[in-house]
Amino acid sequence: MSDLKEELKSKIISVLNLEDVTTADIADADPLFGDGLGLDSIDALELIVLLDKDYGIKLTDPKQGKAIFESINTMAEYITANRTK
Amino acid sequence: MEYFIHTYCHIKENTISVNGEPFFASAALTVPEFLKEAYQKLAISYPKFHKMDKMSKLALISSEITLKGVENGENVALVFSNCAASLDTDINYQESISLPDNYYPSPAVFVYTLPNICVGEVSIRHGLNTENAFFVSAGFDADKINAYTEYLLQSGKAEKVLVGWLEVLENNYECFMYLVDTKGSIPYSKQQIITIYNR
Repeated sequence: MSDLKEELKSKIISVLNLEDVTTADIADADPLFGDGLGLDSIDALELIVLLDKDYGIKLTDPKQGKAIFESINTMAEYITANRTK
Repeated sequence: MEYFIHTYCHIKENTISVNGEPFFASAALTVPEFLKEAYQKLAISYPKFHKMDKMSKLALISSEITLKGVENGENVALVFSNCAASLDTDINYQESISLPDNYYPSPAVFVYTLPNICVGEVSIRHGLNTENAFFVSAGFDADKINAYTEYLLQSGKAEKVLVGWLEVLENNYECFMYLVDTKGSIPYSKQQIITIYNR
C-alpha cells in the first residue's frame, strides 16, 4: 500500500502539473482539495481519467469522487479494492 | 482625452523586449521551456501557470510585464487577437483522442480549446471584471484593433486597454502586447502601433 501511495503522489504531481510540489510535500492524510493541495474541479476530472487510464477503474458517478479523492489514503484504499489493472 | 502607450513588449524567438529594450533571452529548446524560464525570471508565484496551455502562458507573462504598476480591479479592457485561434491546443487535444485503444481525453487540455480562455486567465490573475474581446485575423490588424480600442476608451467603457497579439502554433510563437493609458511617454496612434509592432 505504501508503494501505491508514493506512486499516486508522483502521478498526481505529473498529471496535474504541480511544478512547485514534491512527493514529500504531500502527507498521506492531507486533503487534496480545499486547504490541502488546492486542487480544483478540472483537477478532479483529471483524477477520474487517471483512475481509468492507470488502474482500469471507471467512475460512473462523479459524485463518488468527493470521498475517493479526499486524500492519498482514501485514493489508495479505493484503488486497492477496485483496480482491474 | 489624450492617450499614450504606457508599456509595450515583444516576445518571440526566445527573447522578451520591453519598450524596445532587451529584457530576457533564453537558449531554451522548446516553447514550454522558454515560457517556464520567463516565468522564473519574473519571479511570479502563481502555480496555476503550470497548468495553462502555451497561449495562456504567453498571455500571462506578457500581461505581467505590461500591467506592472496597474492595481487589481482597475478598469482595463482586454483586446486580444491572433491568427491560429486555439489550434495549437486543439491539435494537442485531438492527438489525445485519436487512438480508440488509448482514448483518454484530458479535461485540463480541453478547457484551453478556445482562444479567449487566455483572456479569462489574465482577468483572473489581475482581478479584472472588464470588457474583453478576442479577434481572429490573418495578421495583426492595426486598423480593427485601433478602432475597437478607441471605441472602448471614448465610450467610457474602459479607462485603459491592454492589447495583445498572441500567436502560437507548435514551435512558432509571437506576442506583441501594449497598454493604452492616459499616462506614458509614447503618444498613442494607429501609426505608432504599427511602428512599434514592426520593431
